[in-house]
Amino acid sequence: MSEPLPVLKTYKLFVGGAFPRSESGRVYEVTDAKGQWLANAPLASRKDARDAVVAARKAFPRWSGATAYNRGQVLYRVAEMVQGRREQFRAEVAAGDGLSKSKAAAVVDAAIDRLVWYAGWSDKVAQVAGGANPVAGPYFNLSTPEPTGVVAVLAPGGSSLLGLVSVLAPVLTTGNVAVVVASERAPLPALSLAEALATSDVPGGVVNVLSGTTAELARPLAAHQDVNAIDLTGAEGELATELEVLAAENLKRVRRPDPAEDFASAPGTDRLLGFLETKTVWHPTGV
Amino acid sequence: MTCHYARRYARLVTMSLKADPPTAPTPPAPPKDAPTPAPLADVTASDASLRRFLHGLPGVDAVGLEARAAALGTRSIKTTAKAYALDLAISMIDLTTLEGADTPGKVRALCAKGRNPDPTDRSTPPVAAICVYSDLVAVAREALAGSDVAVASVATAFPAGRAARAVKLADTAEAVAAGADEVDMVIDRGAFLAGRYLSVFEEIVAVRAACGDAHLKVILENGELATYDNIRRASWLAMLAGADFIKTSTGKVGVNATPANTLLMLQAVRDFRAATGRQIGVKPAGGIRTAKDAVKFLVLVNETAGPDWLSPTWFRFGASSLLNDLLMQRQKLGTGRYSGPDYVTVD
Amino acid sequence: MTFDYAPAPESRAIVDIPASHGLFVDGRFRPAADEAVFKTVSPASEEVLSEVANAGAEDVDAAVRSARKAYESWSALPGSERAKYLFRIARLVQERARELAVLESLDNGKPIRESRDADLPLVAAHFFYYAGWADKLEHAGFGPAPRPLGVAGGVIPWNFPLLMLAWKVAPALATGNTMVLKPAETTPLTALAFARICQQAGLPPGVLNILTGDGATGAALVAHPGIDKVAFTGSTEVGKAIARTVAGTHKRLTLELGGKAAHIVFEDAALDQAVEGIVQGIFFNQGHVCCAGSRLLVQESVADEVLAALKARMSTLRVGDPLDKNTDVGAINSAEQLARIRELTEAGEAEGAERWAPECELPSTGYWFRPTLFTGVTQAHRIAREEIFGPVLSVLTFRTPQEAVEKANNTPYGLSAGIWTEKGSRSLWMANRLRAGVIWSNTFNKFDATSPFGGYQESGYGREGGRHGLGVYLDV
Repeated sequence: MSEPLPVLKTYKLFVGGAFPRSESGRVYEVTDAKGQWLANAPLASRKDARDAVVAARKAFPRWSGATAYNRGQVLYRVAEMVQGRREQFRAEVAAGDGLSKSKAAAVVDAAIDRLVWYAGWSDKVAQVAGGANPVAGPYFNLSTPEPTGVVAVLAPGGSSLLGLVSVLAPVLTTGNVAVVVASERAPLPALSLAEALATSDVPGGVVNVLSGTTAELARPLAAHQDVNAIDLTGAEGELATELEVLAAENLKRVRRPDPAEDFASAPGTDRLLGFLETKTVWHPTGV
Repeated sequence: MTCHYARRYARLVTMSLKADPPTAPTPPAPPKDAPTPAPLADVTASDASLRRFLHGLPGVDAVGLEARAAALGTRSIKTTAKAYALDLAISMIDLTTLEGADTPGKVRALCAKGRNPDPTDRSTPPVAAICVYSDLVAVAREALAGSDVAVASVATAFPAGRAARAVKLADTAEAVAAGADEVDMVIDRGAFLAGRYLSVFEEIVAVRAACGDAHLKVILENGELATYDNIRRASWLAMLAGADFIKTSTGKVGVNATPANTLLMLQAVRDFRAATGRQIGVKPAGGIRTAKDAVKFLVLVNETAGPDWLSPTWFRFGASSLLNDLLMQRQKLGTGRYSGPDYVTVD
Repeated sequence: MTFDYAPAPESRAIVDIPASHGLFVDGRFRPAADEAVFKTVSPASEEVLSEVANAGAEDVDAAVRSARKAYESWSALPGSERAKYLFRIARLVQERARELAVLESLDNGKPIRESRDADLPLVAAHFFYYAGWADKLEHAGFGPAPRPLGVAGGVIPWNFPLLMLAWKVAPALATGNTMVLKPAETTPLTALAFARICQQAGLPPGVLNILTGDGATGAALVAHPGIDKVAFTGSTEVGKAIARTVAGTHKRLTLELGGKAAHIVFEDAALDQAVEGIVQGIFFNQGHVCCAGSRLLVQESVADEVLAALKARMSTLRVGDPLDKNTDVGAINSAEQLARIRELTEAGEAEGAERWAPECELPSTGYWFRPTLFTGVTQAHRIAREEIFGPVLSVLTFRTPQEAVEKANNTPYGLSAGIWTEKGSRSLWMANRLRAGVIWSNTFNKFDATSPFGGYQESGYGREGGRHGLGVYLDV
């Protein structure tokens, strides 16, 4: 008896907790490393990017105001969900990144581990990055890190899941909200991760995932006055410079791309600390 | 400022005040037999209302208060301003001796010094008052006869104030009968710290009645009140009860007059006048030993309560050794040479 | 007779200002390559204080080359040795503090009370603090072997000339970087006096180079390919231009820019101290403070009371000779800045806000502006949105804590904010929600070498001061 005809998935954007098609109605063909068609992905437009920023901004107070413990639990829940869809991610990563089955499996496992690692950071980062300052006067003085706000994340092109998780998780665990531009060439793991996020108690709008042309989406995000920071990891060369210039208009915090970044190796804390603002509070001490 | 403080306080009572412009001149003082000014009469109607009122006063941030006092302490008072300040400070002194070893001879010497502080310079103003224990009032009265120098007496079981009210009132009456122009009473700090504000209030009212025509200075003993919030509350309590002056301290505890606690009391009298129209004096006492310190206090007066308080009628220093330092500075200003302790009198 | 304070001027004789100053490059003073000069004046009298070399592109290049050369040995020195140089500098600053304070007040116009009691002690403290870090960097939380970045370019403003120098130079040198620093055009003198201190401290040539000049000099420095790090304090407009300049390069960037801080007073505040805080918040340094509390948000229920007290207090401010020890508010730093303050205050009146200033006599020469407040200001007014950088306070009211937060955060800036309430939980609730890098609760305009300073959003990025101030000079 032959296999029944599979039900193919319609990949969609993830904006404000919902899964819309691109408002432009456009899609593009996603292929594997050998050029075989895998699926159609939404070709998001600048308006989709705008909607994503609006959704992210709306989600920011709740996510940044959640307890660090709660954010850690939610991120751990994401790891659980990815674990449950392990097989699906293995297939998508193998096809998207052109990896063998065993390498793709290792990458998915590493992505799960990375989520767990960052989940645990949520309620520790303030203790590592903040602290009391012994000022020379009768004042209580405390510095604490706070999330920067809405972060536009250009996910790395060549590491569609592990790279994505490695750039997204540190943004989230510290209380930021994200508008992610998925790997242009291999967006499917990102769009599937959105499904895991949607079932992981991540409030709608905290993560928004766009697929499409990196340059087309990145420019409006870099220029957007209500985006607080941009991670240019997925941008290259001239485009990265152009985006950095655009980002200067409202002084976005910019993380420049580092072509040598190896997502397979253990991450340090620099991504964790990259999208934090230090707030220092003074108060007199007297009776 | 000030009429708006009145609004704050008026909210707490049933009567409203008409809003005067911020720079309103001093309205006439109300009659002496009404200790609590009419606008605030309801405040003292019960222990509860008094407590509500005192705890409704704005809080005091200790660090900010002390920083302001320190900043004013950096004012540099030179030449003509210094000459003015030195003479003013001398004229504001309640020249004080409050020792167990006080004798008529000691008091007479002090009175002579107070009348004529610098025998080498007759232009030196006399002090405001001589301050003694009540049993030596008569001696001082006699020694000061014919001068404008007042006799001030501590009373009410000074300095602890730990005696029955009848004893305190008798102490007061005796001082007044012996010729005291001014009475420096102590409040019952124990009752204050225990929250029995009305008891403190009533005692001040009673002492005031015993004073007759004598002016009443109410010693808060800031060092024992311990917090600035308490000092502000005690200031208002004393003013509501009819004090003519509020005074920082007895000079007998660890913390006496400080720039900060005096600044706070100056704010209190400023606000009280704005709220009631009645002007109250302030007397820092204890620990002010140098001309430099005294001038700093005058700066506090000038820039907090304002120039209306820059007279012996409204501001006094409770001090003993301060006078000689003021005299030496005065001599220096006159001659250009630094003076020395042998050029002022030891009394 | 009234208690008028007689003039009490600090002696000018303590400082000997040379008639002309060279650039400080490679450990010695020399004229600009093209021998260009400009004059620096006292803003209080418009008197020319000195003539100063105007560095051009060639001088920038020479200074960067000198710093690059010095970097090899400076970064290789044991941290404990670098520390000792910085300790020496700290001590020399203390020794010459009075002289430097007088010089600062002359060149900048700020009251001697502030240069003497605030600027100079903080300068010395900054060098002491970062000197102590130089041999402890591996314990600072930036990894086991943090490395310096290379040559840093510093561009600093005129409002706290020597203090801003210290904020840049102390951490840069402690971490093993070398530096080329450009002081502001209107206030070059204390930086040049500081160069002399570096000579006295025996600082190796090239470790710190000081180039006086104007905006063009700063732009050339920032754009120079030989620098690895830019640290800028100044206007948001220039900050954005610098961010565009360094885009696509390897240069690290920290920016300390403008602000429009909300200063929030609740009805339960310690009012006398709040009024002091408001005054300190906006009239300190003539309001030439990026973190100035320029937007007073006062709870409507106490607005009249606070305003009356504030006006009474403002009436006691002593405006005049910066060198008089009793002066509270000095001169506006330049004719240009005075024109900007006038322009914005005129806009405030034109837009319908009510202007008030105490009566006070202003000197006939120099640049002066009376301490001023505007009532009836709304969020839509220019004077509520734009940084005036002068002694001008805009007063707005609010009804609830939530409204105060919303109004306070309704700005592209985010440098500082103030809160006055006697209720601890409310204070912390507010501090959590205010989007600003420094929150002063029941105080204002306090600074310390150990305490990080810097903003959110368009107030810039990076922190100066404290442990955080090290990170921006390290390759982490």
